[in-house]
Amino acid sequence: MNQLFKMAFRNLGRNRRRTLLSALAVSLGMALLLLIAGVLHGEMDGAMKNTILLSSGDLQVRNAAYNEEKMSLDWKDLIASPDAVVEQIKALPQVTAATPRLLASGILTLGENSRGVQVIGIDPASAANQVFRQGILSGEFLTADDRDGILIGKPLADKFHLNTGDQVSLLVNTSNGDTDEQLFTVRGVYSTNTSSYDENTVFMPLAKAQVITGAQDHASLIFVLLQNKEQADGVAAAIQSPGFQVLTWSKMNEIIVQTEQFANSFMVLFYLIVLGITATVVTNTLVMAVFERTREIGVLTAIGMKARQVLAQFMTEAGLIATGGVVGGLILGLIVVGIFNHYGFYVGNYGLSGMLISDRIYANLQTSDATRLVIITYAITLLASLYPAIMASRLEPVEALHAQ
Amino acid sequence: MEVTKVINATRDFKVGEVETHALRGVNLSVENGEFTALVGPSGSGKTTLLQLIGLLDQPTTGNVLINGKDVTNLNRNQRADLRRGSIGFIFQFFALIPTLTAYENVEMPLLLNGMKAPERKARADEMLAAVGLTDRADHRPDQLSGGQQQRVSVARALAIRPSLILADEPTANLDTENGKQVMELMQRLNQETGTTFVFATHDPRVIKFANRVVTLRDGLIVENGNGKA
Repeated sequence: MNQLFKMAFRNLGRNRRRTLLSALAVSLGMALLLLIAGVLHGEMDGAMKNTILLSSGDLQVRNAAYNEEKMSLDWKDLIASPDAVVEQIKALPQVTAATPRLLASGILTLGENSRGVQVIGIDPASAANQVFRQGILSGEFLTADDRDGILIGKPLADKFHLNTGDQVSLLVNTSNGDTDEQLFTVRGVYSTNTSSYDENTVFMPLAKAQVITGAQDHASLIFVLLQNKEQADGVAAAIQSPGFQVLTWSKMNEIIVQTEQFANSFMVLFYLIVLGITATVVTNTLVMAVFERTREIGVLTAIGMKARQVLAQFMTEAGLIATGGVVGGLILGLIVVGIFNHYGFYVGNYGLSGMLISDRIYANLQTSDATRLVIITYAITLLASLYPAIMASRLEPVEALHAQ
Repeated sequence: MEVTKVINATRDFKVGEVETHALRGVNLSVENGEFTALVGPSGSGKTTLLQLIGLLDQPTTGNVLINGKDVTNLNRNQRADLRRGSIGFIFQFFALIPTLTAYENVEMPLLLNGMKAPERKARADEMLAAVGLTDRADHRPDQLSGGQQQRVSVARALAIRPSLILADEPTANLDTENGKQVMELMQRLNQETGTTFVFATHDPRVIKFANRVVTLRDGLIVENGNGKA
């Protein structure tokens, strides 16, 4: 066994540049795949966390008749006196925050500029809205008794050239099917670093939202955050009651789950393409080695080396290339993933419907992905070496000895 | 006792539409301890006959016996096993493994035979000493002269203590002095160890070392020296 490795090592050393290039091809391919796997997981994981935190929550409680698409403000579709339900939910140990929200569609107008927005009435004191409080760039956060203040996102402020203290007209739908319009003061400008959300969402205190929409003591939904999102099914079952619908994050964000599943399937195809290219390099290297060493193989078989031993010789060489390539790829990949994990990279306003992606994506490589890639890279490299190894092992000694 | 016997062997090669009859019905018997030269012009069939005897190739028709056993129809692995245990080879082009030292080249057939390390070392050292290259044990082939490389080949062929050593034009790539040294070495080892040598050559200076000369022409043995046809 030692002799096998010694010979393999020395054989690879005959043409160091070629060997290094082959291992480098494996390394680069693997590093690229590690980066892509990290970015993909980072993007999907980030999108899910972002969407839960900003939009869906881990759980939502709605009136059984509520239709999210219509954003209905009809009392029969809303939760009446939501505070009592909120208190019940808060009493559960898994719940970290529960707060009522009222959702309405509106149009923000300033001079000749107007834009359709989603108006969300929130309880400013709730921990669930901490993400918006922390995102205040200028001005101040809302207070519960603010009667004409709103928060707008930075992209919207930039578009309308609005600053804190400026006034803007906001028209909203009301419960009776009409609209109401009022001048509001920009109390603060916020950013969640998710342009697709920030440019479309306007916040006001829940009480004011209930007044302007005519919803009175009603809320569209109760937004719930849990200690761990995996607790959602259990909590949902516990708070299920007639007249309400309780939705979990996985149900509300099916598009993200499906997109991730699709992306993972696509990644397998991408793995095969990239590793197919690196495998071709390794195959080519070993085929050239077989041609160069044909007479030598003839000598070895003449003095009694069996076909399987010739095969083992070339597979050992391939194994060494694969090991070097995988170790190099792992080091290079982890460095690159580390850089993108720390700094991320800017993608800008890239939100898809139902999927809130941050303006900056951070790579997040999972151990399972890295392990899987190591195994796949190793296996494909060895598989690619089978052809030249078999070719060498099938050489007839008498023909091999006469090779030039 | 016959180390090898070839009975009415033919060997045909077909390249495209052209068929070549390298051997046309050869009968040859080599006794234990012989130092036999196969001679003849290029294309006479010397190398082909050596390859049949060495189980590197199989006859188109006829039979080959090694130590009395018919080995004509052995499969590839069985032939490899037999070569590994009882036949040594010396090639015209030295045929050392370039990445291995002289010692490791001699050690290689012993490794393939599964010999244990201490015994292997003793045998390889002994063989290198027998060919006068103890001080070159750690040198790679490219650090040795042509004559030294061929002596390493002889040591490698002898290492397994085979009953038969086959040498194909062993001095063809050597100058006169080195060629002579290699032949003297082979002759000495034949006399000291009793190992049978069969070598192909067309060099008259080499032929004179042989105890028996078998002459081939156009795939037939035309003169069978003092052995049995």
